[in-house]
Amino acid sequence: MERVQRPHRETLVRWARERPEVLVLSADLTASCEADGFREAYPERFFSLGMAEQNMIGFAAGLAREGFSPWLHTFAVFLTRRVFDQVAMSIAYPNLPVRLAGFLPGITTPGGVTHQAIDDVGLMRLMPNMTVLECGDATEVESVLDVAQAVDGPVYIRQLRGEVPRLFDAAEPMALGRARVLGEGGDVTVISSGICTEEALRATQALRARGLGITHLHVSTLKPFDDPRLMQALGSARLGVITLENHSIIGGLGSAVAESMAELGLGKRLIRIGLRDTYAHGASRAYLMREYGLDAMALVHAVEELAGEPLDIEESALAEVRLEALRPSERSEDL
Amino acid sequence: MSSDSSSSPERIRRVANAVRRRVLEHTLNNNGGYLSQACSSAELLATLYLRVMRLGPSSAPLVPRRFAGVPGPSNPHAFTGADYNGPRAPEFDRFIFSPVHYALVLYSLLIELGRLGPNALDEFNQDGSTVELIGAEHSPGHEVTAGSLAQALSQAGGIALARRLRGEPGRVWVFMSDGEFQEGQTWEALAALSYHGIGNLGIYIDANAQQCDGPMEAVMGVDPLAERLRAFGAEVHEVDGHDPEALAAPAQGRAEPDHPLVVIARTDPCRGLERLRERAPKLHYVRFKGPEEFAAYQTLLQTLREETE
Repeated sequence: MERVQRPHRETLVRWARERPEVLVLSADLTASCEADGFREAYPERFFSLGMAEQNMIGFAAGLAREGFSPWLHTFAVFLTRRVFDQVAMSIAYPNLPVRLAGFLPGITTPGGVTHQAIDDVGLMRLMPNMTVLECGDATEVESVLDVAQAVDGPVYIRQLRGEVPRLFDAAEPMALGRARVLGEGGDVTVISSGICTEEALRATQALRARGLGITHLHVSTLKPFDDPRLMQALGSARLGVITLENHSIIGGLGSAVAESMAELGLGKRLIRIGLRDTYAHGASRAYLMREYGLDAMALVHAVEELAGEPLDIEESALAEVRLEALRPSERSEDL
Repeated sequence: MSSDSSSSPERIRRVANAVRRRVLEHTLNNNGGYLSQACSSAELLATLYLRVMRLGPSSAPLVPRRFAGVPGPSNPHAFTGADYNGPRAPEFDRFIFSPVHYALVLYSLLIELGRLGPNALDEFNQDGSTVELIGAEHSPGHEVTAGSLAQALSQAGGIALARRLRGEPGRVWVFMSDGEFQEGQTWEALAALSYHGIGNLGIYIDANAQQCDGPMEAVMGVDPLAERLRAFGAEVHEVDGHDPEALAAPAQGRAEPDHPLVVIARTDPCRGLERLRERAPKLHYVRFKGPEEFAAYQTLLQTLREETE
């Protein structure tokens, strides 16, 4: 599998070249959010607003009202939880085209509870007018800029940085409101988002080898949440539905699926894999995914529960496709 | 910016008194209103409109538009009330109204200036109206949604920065209340305005020393406000907030400054309505306590009418 180094950094520079209306606003995490390339290339369009996120949200609102296209870069926790009222009142209510690029989603950082955005999707889904996107691989990191820029209103992006795997063909960019169908089968429907899709892909291979029919969809548009193919996949699962997300199971993908299943009157089992109403702590991604049950093995266990029988899939069977432990590029991150 | 009869201190005082009278009249009609805010800010807002800001004529209807729904991708009909302050043009100034519980004062001023029709307050706080109790961006004279206090200055900063990027000569004026200087975001905004040298923005503060719980000194005082603001890099003037000449002077003759202007208008929340003092220290929202007090204010209104007509 191809692994791409810092895809956002280069893409942003290239993408913004012919878009003079695009400004980048940053709150002291410029290189940490891979906006340093933009700062070097277009210093007149880069504004450093310091560790003062509430004010940055207001400045972005004012610039957007004047026709500019502000792209805010900071960590997801600071762009959602810390400035919730400012985003709601200054940006979301007036439906301003501000793009909020939030980095370090969920347990992707060893920075601990202060840096791990485990509720950002829920918070942003709550906001009227807000579109919520999440990147799951390098192709999505590269193509989310076009998707967000085309939205008439504010967009929150759960963005990835550093070394990012390429799960999806570069010729198949992210599309608003379109889940990617990664496999079809009649027994269980798996819906995954973000970095959990890579985990799910490992497990679904092993599950199919056991003869289970697995429909697997990757979701990158968390709001609006109305893709007909997704609804179809929820309806067609014989044993039930499993969601996998790098987020609290309250408010994010699992909740969105639960709401849809209830409204469709499907009356099926749903297992939500994610952070089970808990905070996390500082440790490596692989360690935390295992500790909190967000990994491929967690999906195997969920399928076993729906199937009502053990599947005899050993962790070693998944290990050969398992990621290496924390890589040097991840370990040296700036917080 | 001229000092002809249309913007003379006498006219500003007349307009300010008419605003007080209208707000009192409305408070009596509705047995409640933000009366002390009119008393403190009437000259300040009148001076902004008549002397300080370069605004074109209103391009909005005299009869306020009905609420057209919240802004959103599926609502092309949403609007702001900024067109009561004239058209958007590079040379014109912009007005950002931050403490929007002063909305009744602003509506009354727009009426006195002919930017709103004389009966516009009939729709105040009525269902489906834009003449809301706490103004929002669709309310006459309002451009941003600022009711969560201390968010407007940052938005004004973004507007001012955008205007500078486009080389527009027009400035951005922000009306604030002193209570908003308790909020951290205000100081974040001032730090950003100074650091980025945003000089095409000016702030007028109605420093009436009052807030919802009572006198600011009893809640959490913000003095020495002027020194704090200067330390943040602003050009600060402290003036008598009921003196139109003193209010207008700091805004005049600023060449191409690279720092924001702040005018602290020291004001009296009972100015022009002495009787209000007996309600101190609870002045934030006035609701009459009984027929006797109501009658007394009714008499006061009659006196004011005779004085201003």
